Amino acid sequence: MGTPSPCGRHTSGDDQSLEDDQSDEPVRARMSWIGHLVNAVSLGVVYGLVAVSVGLVFGVLRQVNLAQGEVIALGAYSLWMTQNLPVVVRIVICIAVCVAMSLVIQVIIFRPLRGASALTTLIVTFGLSYALEGVWTIVFGTNGQPVSMLSSLNQVVVGGNVGLRWITLVEMGVGGVFFAVLVLVLYGSKIGVMMRATAEDFRTARLVGVRIDRVVTLAFVFGGVSAAMVAILFTVQTPLVTPTLGFNLITLGLVGTVLGGIDRLGRATAGGFVVGFVNSMLGAVVPQELLVFLPMLTFMFVIVVLVLRPAGLFTPKGSIVERV
Amino acid sequence: MRSRLRLVAELAGPLAVVAVVAVIGSTMSIAQQGNVTNILVTATIVVALYVFTGNSGVMSFGQISFVAVGAFAAGILTSPTFTRQTNMPSLFKFLSTTQISSFESLLLGAGLGALFAFLVGIVLLRLSGLAAGIATFAVLQITYDVLSYWDKIGPGVMPVVLVPVTTSLVVGALGLGVAIVVAFTYQRTRSCRLLRATREDAVAAQGIGISLFHHRLVAFTISGAIAGFAGALFVHELGSVSTGQVYIDLTFATLAMLVVGGTGSLWGAVLGGIVLGALESFLSNAENGVAIGSLHVTLPNGLSVVIVGVIMVVVLIFAPKGISGNHEFLERFLSERPTKVGTGTEPESIAKVVDEESPEISSPPRPTS
Repeated sequence: MGTPSPCGRHTSGDDQSLEDDQSDEPVRARMSWIGHLVNAVSLGVVYGLVAVSVGLVFGVLRQVNLAQGEVIALGAYSLWMTQNLPVVVRIVICIAVCVAMSLVIQVIIFRPLRGASALTTLIVTFGLSYALEGVWTIVFGTNGQPVSMLSSLNQVVVGGNVGLRWITLVEMGVGGVFFAVLVLVLYGSKIGVMMRATAEDFRTARLVGVRIDRVVTLAFVFGGVSAAMVAILFTVQTPLVTPTLGFNLITLGLVGTVLGGIDRLGRATAGGFVVGFVNSMLGAVVPQELLVFLPMLTFMFVIVVLVLRPAGLFTPKGSIVERV
Repeated sequence: MRSRLRLVAELAGPLAVVAVVAVIGSTMSIAQQGNVTNILVTATIVVALYVFTGNSGVMSFGQISFVAVGAFAAGILTSPTFTRQTNMPSLFKFLSTTQISSFESLLLGAGLGALFAFLVGIVLLRLSGLAAGIATFAVLQITYDVLSYWDKIGPGVMPVVLVPVTTSLVVGALGLGVAIVVAFTYQRTRSCRLLRATREDAVAAQGIGISLFHHRLVAFTISGAIAGFAGALFVHELGSVSTGQVYIDLTFATLAMLVVGGTGSLWGAVLGGIVLGALESFLSNAENGVAIGSLHVTLPNGLSVVIVGVIMVVVLIFAPKGISGNHEFLERFLSERPTKVGTGTEPESIAKVVDEESPEISSPPRPTS
């Protein structure tokens, strides 16, 4: 089994997303800082979406779902398996597959572990991720499968040294709309209120009649949908699905979630965005020959933030540190 | 008296298992002996993991970094100098000329592991819970990245090769034995008891004046020393090492062993390391094809990971205390009864105690009488 390297592959993903049939270096050199910024935002949105799926489950259950990465991976593989179908059908299938898988994980793993600590669930889902990665290796092969998915979106909108591509706009649009819908549901619907109540105080919420099971199910459904969106957006840019794809995405996504402040969905999402953004920006700033040390720089940044702000980058100082 | 007996059992149990494994291993073929040695070395890493995680209750995903540092330092400094000059031309001068023996390299591995862990610990051990997990994971990533690409301290993307193969079955067993003795001795110290108090209730422990940071740092450093030592054993067992071997896969494998054995006891760590190690070794052999009786079976590549992962998940869901139940060897049978202190020391009454004793009485370690 290949060894996953969370950041290493993102650089290559970026390289691929930048390419116009040219080698990497001229593109890098040609791009202005606006171009880098655009790319960084684009990667930030992807990780923001990953963070949403982690943050939603954490908010309700105070537990971590690392296996969410494998939901993304399965979604991406579903895109590979449905190459001959119309795009809309493929998207629908991808979402359905991700939601189903998310719910299966909920029933098999999280229901028996209700009340267990965040770390226990982190380790259990770590084990599950590894097992599933093995399954992908057996079923789909080690070297990955090429997926052609909406590759026209990689065309450039604004050329020159900006290099804005359609996919970046689509990503921002999709990310924005999804987050808006989420906020609307959380603050405008009955189930949303229940969900926030559960996040605030699990036991009291149950005491006053909140149907915890429904709330948890909804959280996992939303998690599945956001995983599907990550799967789609990511495969458009990086048209190769490997067994380690999910693990790579989720580790950095989880890092971002904790970095931002896992206690609140907004902060967690912002944290995911920051990690993706910083990773991409560092990749642009660092000289070519030092690019191999990009993961080191990213994780140095993570450590510095965690040491200075253990409760999260966006958690106001003086608020209660982690309830777990 | 019985508590003394319990103490003896606590140390003798794991050591006996190691001895049994070594004896069984010595009857096997040379190739099989290599597998057994590998299990023993991996179990040493699990003991390192246990010393910190088991006693402090803080999960660390970074302990393999210390294994990596130990393995690379020991590997580079014991490999012949001429290969270093050809394979690693940009090495720092003292790294490319110094030559040490395998035994010295084990000590060096332990020292470097301890030093690295101490430095990391100073920065990170004020964190708890998820933040600590993420931060230690970041350490693993950084170590991997630096070791893979900084060619002044190592071979870069190439593996370290031509390392003398000196970790035989006996050395592996001795190494694990040393790690067990260190872990056991540490467990008897005041610092470790205080650390265990913080594990049970961090707020209450701090309330009575126990420094969370100080005692965690001690455990982390000792854990780092054992990990570095295990890394040196590891490189002398294989004769080579690449960064991919001391990265996430090994982190996962050793974590699974600790969890399956039971995070809270030394006995569990050793048992988990050996049982799961044996299973994994068998499965990965089977991936290359193995003859079971007259049947030649080849399992698909990746199946061993699936099985180990599933075992880990199942154990954590259905028996979160692992196969040891978080008890030391024979701890439950040799514990003193809380009601009748000082009586019932005769061997024949032990059986009676076992019948009456409820299982949950004996979990916290008690001081020697």
